[in-house]
Amino acid sequence: MSAPVISFEGVVALLGRFPALSGIDLRIDRGEIVLLRGANGSGKTTVLRACAGLVPITHGLARVLDTPLPARSTVLRTLRRRIGLLGHAGFLYEDLTVEENVRFAVRAAGLDGASVSEALTRLGLDGRLRTQSVVSLSAGQRRRTALAPILARRPELWLLDEPHAGLDAESRDLLDGLLRDVVRGGATVVFASHELDRAEAVATRTIALGGGHAVTAEPADPSRPGSAQPASPQPASAHPESVVARVA
Amino acid sequence: MKTRILGGASFLILAVVVYLGLWVTGPDVNQGQHVRLLYVHPEVAWVAYVAFGVTSLASVLWLIPATRRHVFDHVAGASAEIGSVFIALALITGAIWGRPTWGTWWSWDPRMTTTLMLFMLYLGVLALRRLPATFDARARRSAFAALLAFIGVPIVHQSVVWRRSLHQLPSILKADITKPEIHGLQLWTMLLSFLGFTLVYVWLLIVRTRLARWEDQAGDQSLSDAIAARRAEAVTGTFAQVRS
Amino acid sequence: MWRDALLVAGKDLRIERRSRVATAQVLPFAVLVLALFAFALDTDGRILRISAPGLFWIAVLLASMLAAQRSFAVEVDDRGLDGMRLSGLDPAGIFLGKAGAVAIELLVLEGLLLIGTALLYDSPLRGSGAVLLIVTCVLATAGLASVGAIYGALSAGLRGRETLLPLLYLPVTAPVLLTGAKAMEAAMGVTPGLQVGEGWPWVRLLGVFAVLYVAFGVLAFGALVEET
Repeated sequence: MSAPVISFEGVVALLGRFPALSGIDLRIDRGEIVLLRGANGSGKTTVLRACAGLVPITHGLARVLDTPLPARSTVLRTLRRRIGLLGHAGFLYEDLTVEENVRFAVRAAGLDGASVSEALTRLGLDGRLRTQSVVSLSAGQRRRTALAPILARRPELWLLDEPHAGLDAESRDLLDGLLRDVVRGGATVVFASHELDRAEAVATRTIALGGGHAVTAEPADPSRPGSAQPASPQPASAHPESVVARVA
Repeated sequence: MKTRILGGASFLILAVVVYLGLWVTGPDVNQGQHVRLLYVHPEVAWVAYVAFGVTSLASVLWLIPATRRHVFDHVAGASAEIGSVFIALALITGAIWGRPTWGTWWSWDPRMTTTLMLFMLYLGVLALRRLPATFDARARRSAFAALLAFIGVPIVHQSVVWRRSLHQLPSILKADITKPEIHGLQLWTMLLSFLGFTLVYVWLLIVRTRLARWEDQAGDQSLSDAIAARRAEAVTGTFAQVRS
Repeated sequence: MWRDALLVAGKDLRIERRSRVATAQVLPFAVLVLALFAFALDTDGRILRISAPGLFWIAVLLASMLAAQRSFAVEVDDRGLDGMRLSGLDPAGIFLGKAGAVAIELLVLEGLLLIGTALLYDSPLRGSGAVLLIVTCVLATAGLASVGAIYGALSAGLRGRETLLPLLYLPVTAPVLLTGAKAMEAAMGVTPGLQVGEGWPWVRLLGVFAVLYVAFGVLAFGALVEET
């Protein structure tokens, strides 16, 4: 069995003096779609941010994609290029068009931007929307625009904070299909959501958080459509190239 | 307790300086009674510069991960505050001295200009410190701002020196107030004053740093208590599962 | 680092081209400052002509502060700075890119303001001082843009940054005013008898300023934007 994609043992993360993570244990394997659920302030966002090295981990053992955290800034940069994080903010520039935003984010991650068009098409951002400036977009279109660079970058680990928020029914189906394709391509998805019915339909496993640590961990439900098998992850070499191409 | 002794000693020394400066030493041939500012002004300015030096040093120590301790941020903040007070005093006593000896409250000479700039720079740093933020974020910002302020000061000084040297100095400025003829007793009074003000600075620094530490720790729990409290939040949630 | 810098600068200049904040707001503001000096000095041509170099740099200083503020306002809106960090961009590259874009905007602004001072203050421009003038502007701009980027990042996301930034920025950039004005005085020949060559020592001091703050930004920007 290969090493887990995320492994936290007794991880404490302090925001100022507040232990946003209070000794959390987590293990997430390749090919899983993990839903983080919990009340407001339970630590969902902090877990996602901590995985990307945005929150200082002060105690405990943390490894993300075989990289121990906290890490030096050069190591962190390499790690971040293997991760796609969608936060509450979308990291968008309102004066630029949809395509310019996506292209900038993809090139910032060290890629040439060849996969941008495919990603835009896949997310229904082609045609007129492509050259529209972000300021004129609806909330759902904005959210999809923020997701596009991650799709185009094909990272090994997707960290999504409330990805369903603001999306219409059609876009949600699109997103769920996308996530299933992503893990089929060998990547791993961790996402936080409050819309549990929706989220649990796509998740292969749910982790409930409370007070900055995991309070339950439900096993995967193999009967669910789209469930990947954590026990037999895809080899790393087989990973993402085909995700975008296949689904486009 | 030891701090109180230090504080008491420094004020005792200053009391002696006041006695020596006002009653024992005599007036100067050229400057008359105004020479007595010799026992206040250079000393106050000296403390101001020492204070900013300490702030810069403490800021560097905070920014280097290996030497990062909360105390360095406390010291940097405390010293910047004290330094600002002393630099204001230096500017005021300088103006008081300048009026009778130069005939003007203020002149844009290198020392005064640089001192004024330093005062402005540190007012900015202090304003930055007052903004609410997590401890680390505030400490890092303040440390950077203090260093940014510090490295520019020599350039300000040098450019004002040149500005002056390229023009004819007003003849009244040629009497340099810090170099009057100093006699034996005056020298001793001055040295004693330097010692007294420096001790006052050290005393204030200790007291203010201690206060900063208390402010920092006010309402603070130990990490283990904070973690226990945080984990207990889960009990009130939907997925309650009590853990010991 | 250079690739990242070009990418970020390109992005910022594109945003500027779309939003036209620099051309529609910053430049008119700088011209307004020039006009205000003329009102304050009661349109006495002689005083304005002699003070032109200093007034020019005050106008540039105030405008550069606005440009730096704007440069980081676009990052604060939707946490663009976080986005760039998460993309794995080199922090030094981000710094050079942001400062570079501001510098290009400022150089254009300085060119236009020079014409403005020549027209409004009737200040002479002499050919022999052209090189001195250009070098002065380039060095001053490098320093201003660097300080702007450093303080922009420092105060990005802070409440009350609009009022705090001037207090932090203006004293630190005062050396530009002190040295730049002197170098320009020599370049323009507003003071009778002042040779162009007398401006170069000031340029050297300005160079020290520029190198110091560019280096500071390159070295410290990572720690400045990193929350961890």
